[in-house]
Amino acid sequence: MGSITLQKVSKVFGEAKVIPSIDLEINDGEFVVFVGPSGCGKSTLLRLIAGLEDVSGGQILIDGKDVTQAAPAERGLAMVFQSYALYPHMSVRNNIAFPLKMAKMEKSAIDKKVTDAARVLNLTDYLERRPSQLSGGQRQRVAIGRAIVREPSAFLFDEPLSNLDAALRGTMRLEISDLHHQLKTTMVYVTHDQVEAMTMADKIVVLNRGNIEQVGSPLELYKSPRNLFVAGFIGSPHMNFVDGAYAQSKNAKTAGIRPEHLNLSKDSGIWRGTVKVAEHLGADTFLHLDVEGIGQITARCDGEFGAYHGDTVYMTPDEAKLHRFDDKGLALKA
Amino acid sequence: MARNVTTRHKITATVAAWIVALIIFFPILYTIITSIKTEPEAIAGFSLWPSGTFENYITVQTQRDYLKPFMNSVILSVGSTILALIIAIPSAWAMAFSPTKRTKDILMWMLSTKMMPAVAVLVPIYLLFRDFGLLDSRIGLTVMLTLINLPIVVWMLYTYFREIPGEILEASRMDGAGLWQEIVYVLTPMAVPGIASTLLLNIILAWNESFWTIRLSTTNAAPLTAFIASFSSPQGLFWAKLSAASTMAIAPILILGWFSQKQLVRGLTFGAVK
Repeated sequence: MGSITLQKVSKVFGEAKVIPSIDLEINDGEFVVFVGPSGCGKSTLLRLIAGLEDVSGGQILIDGKDVTQAAPAERGLAMVFQSYALYPHMSVRNNIAFPLKMAKMEKSAIDKKVTDAARVLNLTDYLERRPSQLSGGQRQRVAIGRAIVREPSAFLFDEPLSNLDAALRGTMRLEISDLHHQLKTTMVYVTHDQVEAMTMADKIVVLNRGNIEQVGSPLELYKSPRNLFVAGFIGSPHMNFVDGAYAQSKNAKTAGIRPEHLNLSKDSGIWRGTVKVAEHLGADTFLHLDVEGIGQITARCDGEFGAYHGDTVYMTPDEAKLHRFDDKGLALKA
Repeated sequence: MARNVTTRHKITATVAAWIVALIIFFPILYTIITSIKTEPEAIAGFSLWPSGTFENYITVQTQRDYLKPFMNSVILSVGSTILALIIAIPSAWAMAFSPTKRTKDILMWMLSTKMMPAVAVLVPIYLLFRDFGLLDSRIGLTVMLTLINLPIVVWMLYTYFREIPGEILEASRMDGAGLWQEIVYVLTPMAVPGIASTLLLNIILAWNESFWTIRLSTTNAAPLTAFIASFSSPQGLFWAKLSAASTMAIAPILILGWFSQKQLVRGLTFGAVK
């Protein structure tokens, strides 16, 4: 079991209100991702759940039990850190066994669990090595191994992939998702990378300045962002925002259109733009355009479209996929 | 771009390193050479070829007891080092792991005491020692050496402890370690190399400290620095005997330094080179 409930949780560092007040329900077995820009309080929130920081107000419940004042070890959670935080003076075997030793488990039981975890994580050949003799990906797997042997009620991940290179990040992303499907344990994952959030999460919590902007499944956030912040944060490349006459014609203060929802043509369309930069990714091309009377627009088109720097391109927004926002930045219902 | 390391480069570098090392080591080498010359040879002028006599060592040992100042040096350097570590470990720990906005200022203030010339406080310290009956006492000198080296010890340990990532300590807390287990299984093993090299360096510094040890001791508590100094004044200058005394005084610390050089270099460059 591993449901986590936050009730009016707040955190103050000196004068700074890092987290004003947050209510959140994380269900058992869910993969929840906290995402937001740097300094939005996502890591702090995770550390509050872990018990590494004391809350300034509110309550934290794990499986219905109030753990607000409990020490980290008493909460039954396991954490994987950004820096892996392996014990450098211990072998891989002892690193993974450490939480079990702390739990005073019998040696034979520890050995069995470590061996099992090493097999699952492809670490069997490295058990006697020191962390310094491992690659980044292997270190991360040791950190995960150390977390899974405890059979925690929930896993906490604090930006675990940000120290890895792009290729390895993709592989580890799959491995963690796969692990979640195998273990079916609650996972709380912090990242600033919205691609990680979109690809891994059952539920995304978008944070900004210590407040929850929106909670929802990846596609809910993509399809119906609640406000300008979520609309701009989720989706890659970012949503285009258009003010002025065009937005007014749609009865909105701001209109939002995703780069993939612009129909492009070389001869006709309602907007006319000049290509500033064309990023050819192969299957797709991202066009960064200067549009007359509108401003900067990013469009996503098929790799075969064939537009280059200086070309003129016409665009027509897909009306059905248009997002409208009022003067407070909140989304207007269609 | 990879540098093109040829055999000729390596030879040049090796020769250059040897020359620099010899220049730095030369005063000590010349002391040792002079110590096995006869007195007339020693004052005759520069010569690298001694007659190889050991009579100076015998004379030094018969004129003055070597063992007593040697024991004093051991007691003072080891004692002051242990005392300094007992004070410095908790303070460096606190500053490294729970810094406040004044931590940097405190560290700078401690270091600033090393910028003051020692002679500036000679009179007050001397009067304090006199009034507390600490003159020529091992306890007095141990406390003095502790205080002199404390800023350096705190700084070295602080730098060390700062290198221990807080996340590792947090990980151990998440893994169920209590405060005591955290200290025994995680903190101490990671801090031991740092504490060891600080200990070695401080023993060397304390062993070589001469300003206060010579001024605040006469016979009972006098360490080897005072032992050397005693050969330079009343009977005129006896270079060969003085050299023999110096060699005897520095030999223990040279040997210690030789065997712990790896640890020392690592300690001194810690944080600078990763």
